Amino acid sequence: MSPAVLCALGLAAALAAVMQYSVRAYVPGSLDPGGFTLDNFTALTKPLYARVFLDTIWICFLTAFFALIVGYPLAYALVRAKHVALKSAILVITITPLFLGEVVRTYSWIVVLGNNGFLNTMLLKSGLIDAPFQFMFTRFGVVTALVHVTLPIMVIMLAAALSHIDRDYERAAASLGAGPIRAFVTVTLPLSTPGIIAGVTTAFAWTFSAFATPQLIGGGQVNMVANLVYQLGFASFNFPFAASLSVAGLVLAFAVLALMRAAATPFERIGAQ
Amino acid sequence: MREGSAHPLLRLLGGTTVAAILGFLILPAFVVTLAAFNGKAILSFPPETWSWRWFIKAIAYQDFQAGLHNGLIVTGWASSIALVVGAAFALALDRYRFRLKRTLELVLLSPLVIPHFTIGLGFLILAAQLGFARGYAVIVACHIVLVLPFVLRSVYISLRNLDPRLELAAASLGAPPHRVLTSITLPLLVPGLVSGWLFAAILSFNEFTASLFVTAQRTQTLPVAMYNYVREFADPSMAAISVIYIAGTAMLLIFANAFLGLGKVLNVEHSR
Repeated sequence: MSPAVLCALGLAAALAAVMQYSVRAYVPGSLDPGGFTLDNFTALTKPLYARVFLDTIWICFLTAFFALIVGYPLAYALVRAKHVALKSAILVITITPLFLGEVVRTYSWIVVLGNNGFLNTMLLKSGLIDAPFQFMFTRFGVVTALVHVTLPIMVIMLAAALSHIDRDYERAAASLGAGPIRAFVTVTLPLSTPGIIAGVTTAFAWTFSAFATPQLIGGGQVNMVANLVYQLGFASFNFPFAASLSVAGLVLAFAVLALMRAAATPFERIGAQ
Repeated sequence: MREGSAHPLLRLLGGTTVAAILGFLILPAFVVTLAAFNGKAILSFPPETWSWRWFIKAIAYQDFQAGLHNGLIVTGWASSIALVVGAAFALALDRYRFRLKRTLELVLLSPLVIPHFTIGLGFLILAAQLGFARGYAVIVACHIVLVLPFVLRSVYISLRNLDPRLELAAASLGAPPHRVLTSITLPLLVPGLVSGWLFAAILSFNEFTASLFVTAQRTQTLPVAMYNYVREFADPSMAAISVIYIAGTAMLLIFANAFLGLGKVLNVEHSR
């Protein structure tokens, strides 16, 4: 018991340290913070920072949405595959990226999306385009790589929900004359809403903490909160402001997650019935 | 949807969709493998000449070697400590009622939703305030907190799947509580414990964002070393080390799936 308490206290202390720094003044040229102030939070309302926050939320939404669209069929196939070998293959292919870490996956996407990367070479050779298409340093490139990063966790959450659905409900729908599409839309899909909600909220939270992908693929053109925090901490050594950005990011992430939960409650009831 | 009753066209459409999504998942690994065996330093698809030189260069690169060494130290400690702490707490969660149970659970699971940069920055500031140097201890502490939710989840699910009648049977035959724990509960939990430890180890070894904050030049782990390499150099050594990474991880997971049944551990299939 007590080691778990110790871990919880360590985490709480680390978060408290960030909060404490966020209300301290920045002393240029010094790593130690000055007196207590709220200036850091006033500075957050500047358009430059407000834009990064809005951008971050938008990117998180896009990523969670596309991860859901792409992840659902895969989760369905994983749960309903009849051959053990096929099931194992889908499972291993799906979750391997989860364990590769952000750097390897982001680098791989640079090789795919770069101006002389795989995709552009193929498109140029096929004659579909005359000049390399700009994937790098765009929101499209960043979101593509982030969807790839988030997909495994989305599929795991969806598959967990789908595998808990009693198939007798679908059989009942079929015996009452519903075709496969109708049975899916009116029975399976509503019953899987808890998984959809869990998957979307987790994808959102994970994407919020993305750093390497927006840093390397966004290349300064697409910035998320994490990039700003790092830049302020390690390029300007303005740790108090980096801390206040972190706190604001944390509050914002929690607020959006709470909103999503609240918006999802009516749907959750459909799934519970 | 009765088994096999779906329209053939629908099945074909579904199969194609799933194949396309799997293709999207594999594409980066496939492309990076092509790039790693490219004989030249400049990317071209397909490569004009093939060679192993980037693998040799990557393995010989000092920062990668140091990163691997640091990473193994941090991962070894962090995943093992997280396993013990997580397993004990999962058991307590499943079996006992105690004060602040819900609060403690929420705090320990919160790293799943708290951005890693916030946790990294927190540990960095905390270490500076307490006067710790940026040594291994801070990195290990940070990683324990980050991987604990995964150990907790994995052990907790195996505990839930465990048939309590086995323990009751042992107890009714006269086994004292510690004997029940060591000869019934723990052996039955082995798949959950091993996979929990494996998850923790792989995640800790690959953790990047928080590590970037808490590591120093001397203690940087492999992902941090790789990130610095990508920022400074553009040659395919990074592709080579990515291939080693991907192959190693895929092999570990295939092994884990064959011996532990990942589907059950991840709770995506049921032992009916």
